[in-house]
Amino acid sequence: MNAHTPLTKDTAEAAAHDVVQYVTVRIGPQLFGLPIALVHEVFVPESITRVPLAPGEIAGVLNLRGRIVTMVAMRRLLSLPDAEGAPMAVGIEHHGEAFGLIIDEVGEVLSLDAARREANPANLDPRWAQVAAGVHRLSGDLMLILNVDLVLDRAGSAVARQDAGKRAEL
Amino acid sequence: MDDLLREFLTETSESLDVADVELVKFEQDPNNAQILNNIFRLVHTIKGTCGFIGLPRLASLAHAAETLMDRFREGRPVTTDAVGLVLSTIDRIKLLLQHVEETEGSEPEGEDRDLISLLEAMAVAVDAPATPPPAPPPQPAPTLERPLLPGELPLDELDRIFRETKVDPITPPPAAPPAAKAAPPKPAPAMPKADVEAAHGAAQAGEAHGVAAQSIRVHVGVLEQLMTMVSELVLTRNQLMEIARRHDEPEYKVSLQRLSNVTGELQEAVMRTRMQPIGNAWQKLPRIVRDLAQELGKQIELEQVGADTELDRQVLDQIKDPLTHMVRNSADHGLEMPEQRRAAGKSERGLIRLSAYHEGGHVIVEISDDGRGLDVARIKQKALENGLATEAELAKMPDSQVFRFIFHAGLSTAQKVTNVSGRGVGMDVVRSNLESIGGTVDVRSRQGEGSTFVIKIPLTLAIVPALIVRAAGERFALPQSAVEELVRVQAGSDHEITWLNNSPVLGLRDRLLPIVSLGALLGLSPERDGRDEALWERALIVVMKVGHQTFGVVVEAVSHTEEIVVKPMASALRQLPMVSGSTILGDGRVIMILDPAGLAQHAAARGGAAEETSHHGAGRQARASQKRSSLLLFRAGSRDLKAVPLGLVTRIEELEVARIERVNGYPVLQYRGALIPVLYANEEVQRVAAGTQPMLVFADGGRVMGLVVDEIVDIVEAELDLELSPSNMPEVLGAAVLSGQATEILDVAFYVQVAFGERFRHLVRSSERPRLLLVDESPFHRDLLAPMLNGNGYEVTACASGGEALARLGTEDGFDAIVSDVDLPDMDGFALAAAVRGDPRIREVPIIALATAQDRDALERGRAVGFTDCVAKFDRSGLIAALKEFTGRQGIAA
Repeated sequence: MNAHTPLTKDTAEAAAHDVVQYVTVRIGPQLFGLPIALVHEVFVPESITRVPLAPGEIAGVLNLRGRIVTMVAMRRLLSLPDAEGAPMAVGIEHHGEAFGLIIDEVGEVLSLDAARREANPANLDPRWAQVAAGVHRLSGDLMLILNVDLVLDRAGSAVARQDAGKRAEL
Repeated sequence: MDDLLREFLTETSESLDVADVELVKFEQDPNNAQILNNIFRLVHTIKGTCGFIGLPRLASLAHAAETLMDRFREGRPVTTDAVGLVLSTIDRIKLLLQHVEETEGSEPEGEDRDLISLLEAMAVAVDAPATPPPAPPPQPAPTLERPLLPGELPLDELDRIFRETKVDPITPPPAAPPAAKAAPPKPAPAMPKADVEAAHGAAQAGEAHGVAAQSIRVHVGVLEQLMTMVSELVLTRNQLMEIARRHDEPEYKVSLQRLSNVTGELQEAVMRTRMQPIGNAWQKLPRIVRDLAQELGKQIELEQVGADTELDRQVLDQIKDPLTHMVRNSADHGLEMPEQRRAAGKSERGLIRLSAYHEGGHVIVEISDDGRGLDVARIKQKALENGLATEAELAKMPDSQVFRFIFHAGLSTAQKVTNVSGRGVGMDVVRSNLESIGGTVDVRSRQGEGSTFVIKIPLTLAIVPALIVRAAGERFALPQSAVEELVRVQAGSDHEITWLNNSPVLGLRDRLLPIVSLGALLGLSPERDGRDEALWERALIVVMKVGHQTFGVVVEAVSHTEEIVVKPMASALRQLPMVSGSTILGDGRVIMILDPAGLAQHAAARGGAAEETSHHGAGRQARASQKRSSLLLFRAGSRDLKAVPLGLVTRIEELEVARIERVNGYPVLQYRGALIPVLYANEEVQRVAAGTQPMLVFADGGRVMGLVVDEIVDIVEAELDLELSPSNMPEVLGAAVLSGQATEILDVAFYVQVAFGERFRHLVRSSERPRLLLVDESPFHRDLLAPMLNGNGYEVTACASGGEALARLGTEDGFDAIVSDVDLPDMDGFALAAAVRGDPRIREVPIIALATAQDRDALERGRAVGFTDCVAKFDRSGLIAALKEFTGRQGIAA
């Protein structure tokens, strides 16, 4: 009858002592890495239902094998123009709810030494810096580590912001 | 935590809840040995189990309480103090139990010497008078007061025979709860009031073993899981049905039909397991009311009717707090103090009545009290101060609508904040809690007679019937409970869309409904500017009703109705207005379930002509229109525009000319249960022979009349620059330029006078009427106010400036009051007041200031120089009330 459920720790953080595995995804021109432990699946987003009055970065919801998944348009979240090609999506669990991050394409799985992770460059666009948890230098490319918790908190808080804004206006 | 402990905790907390209720009953009915026995047994069980499980602190506490109760069983008199003490012991036991639950089996440190010694002292104290315990009177043997007739048996003989005859025991009642019900065993002892019985649904009484075998305890989680699975099953069924609709294969259609039926039955059965009597949510109320009554020094009786009305436990959980809050409110604000009640000719004991019943897929819960009722004037004043509505809006608002302001945030009308309620954070929370589960709340009230809150809640939240509609290319589910009807608008049909100030309105039978495009409301389709006739010409409108607000939403198509399984929105989207959840349709697509209450609110904010203007919209309007007035434009006779101040128009009706009757040769109309005179605005207004014609309804005081015109044109907001026209038409007040067009402003007061003057005249000698001096620079306001005051039985002398007023006061005697605008051309209202107060002959005359909201700052200054009261400029009822109060005389009805 214990009412307290232990808070789900960022499992990636827990394992960050030596090697972390990342799934790389491309959003616009930029390569991002998601800790593999967080990625449940990769799917093609189809028949997304728009949610009226939702903030722009929420693309809508869709039915993924009986579960309703909230889709986050990563390009919009990062203030990039909408993509033209067919997008992909990464399925993620966050506080017991299913989310899908819409990205341009999924790359490969990389095992990276956590010690080589560097802090965000100081001149990174603050909107990006808010969701990035550091940088890895790869050969010929930079990979920003996507902090999924922050991404989803931000997507959610937009509603609250919008709502609060509306209230203030009235 | 082991099973034994868990079982103990569940049982004990249920027992304690029952003990709470029983104790309060016992206090009121101390001679009822049955109730006392119940409580005693409950406490005894707790004591026994605690000792067994090894919780000494609890055991000793229960023991002390038991000892005291035992004294009562022996017949010692029961006092409120003693019951209070036992109640606080029960509170302490609950506290300890909570700790035991949290720590999985250990009692908190410390001891309860304080309570135990009090209990022991009380046990000794009640013992002290040592009145011999009146032995529980054995049922006195009834005697027959006449000699026996031949063939009759003496009563005691009969009695003996009855006792010896073997019959099936009547108690416990064999009526077993449905097997599916997960409720714990029903208590067997017969309760004095049947309606309270259901409150004991969770009671564990010792003698109920026979019934116990028929019900089992199931963990709530299991039921939840069952429900989820059934929901999935319903979904799959719906998908299969959808497929079957497209293919015509009779072979599996039969099995599918069978599957569908079984699924439906299963769904119903599982839903039933979640049903609980609403009495469970009321269980704590008797105790709360009792404590409140003590605290507030009131006498309160709580009556419960329909406690066995069942509803989904999820819903039950959601309404517990709102209900408690409302009952507290009734006890605190609703009911008066005993002396006030006595003075008002009521019994000192206030009554709070809770009742629940089913009504078409909903449960209606009413909380009523017989207290003072809501204070209309005060709510209006508060609404005004908070900018929820303008004076003009308030003036024409029916009371029922004014009452609804109490559900707005920050509007507490309690004169003082008590620690019970009155902070103004209550009723709006109640409303939003109820609306979040698709419920509504409304209030009825009569001054001096009490108030009734009516809550309407859905039976269940998990599966709801919904209408699937399409708008802006997306499909949406509208909960069927809010859908009144579907209307297809066609040119020439009865249902036509008219435009009021660019807001479309649907004329539906006798109502005018605001309508909005669903797509635009949801921000999915572009806002249509102006009147896109083509769009509205053949519109399909879903008429929805939320609370008392009815409105129409325009959709592109209506598909079908379906039992949808409500899936909560992701937490990130839960704050969204107008969307309450989502569901998966038969074709696998997710669609949004729209929230009717949210739609209503936003529809009202959007449509200028909404039946009930939303408080947001109105507030903004109120600030903007301090200096402006709303005018209703219409045509009557000629093509020229005519206008009346919208504030004077109570309603706009489509008059069916066939309904006009004649009394004394004059046209009248039966309107809302009364007979009202009907006038045509002028000679040229078309006299339609059949069909309908627009009619404005004016109400002035209790006098209601209809004014027939040719066409309603628009509502405009304009700064009214009235030029008095020296016309020979008495019905014309003057002319003004509105929206660039010369417009005649008609004199409503003139029509009211004509309508009532000739036909319903009561002659009143003018000397008997209180005399007023009205001072206002604006001829428009003077012309507006003077007839109104006249109509309310005052004789009015109007003047335009302070100087003129003083001159009048100097030369004429006998003014009973002065009604003055604060802004005057030569000397302002303050100077006038100071001058009046300085003149010994007239210094006693009350002065009522008319002020706009901005002037309110100056009010303090006004009082200092001698204003008697200050009334908002357009608050006609406020003015009349103030006059009544300060002239000490009521106007004599003209």
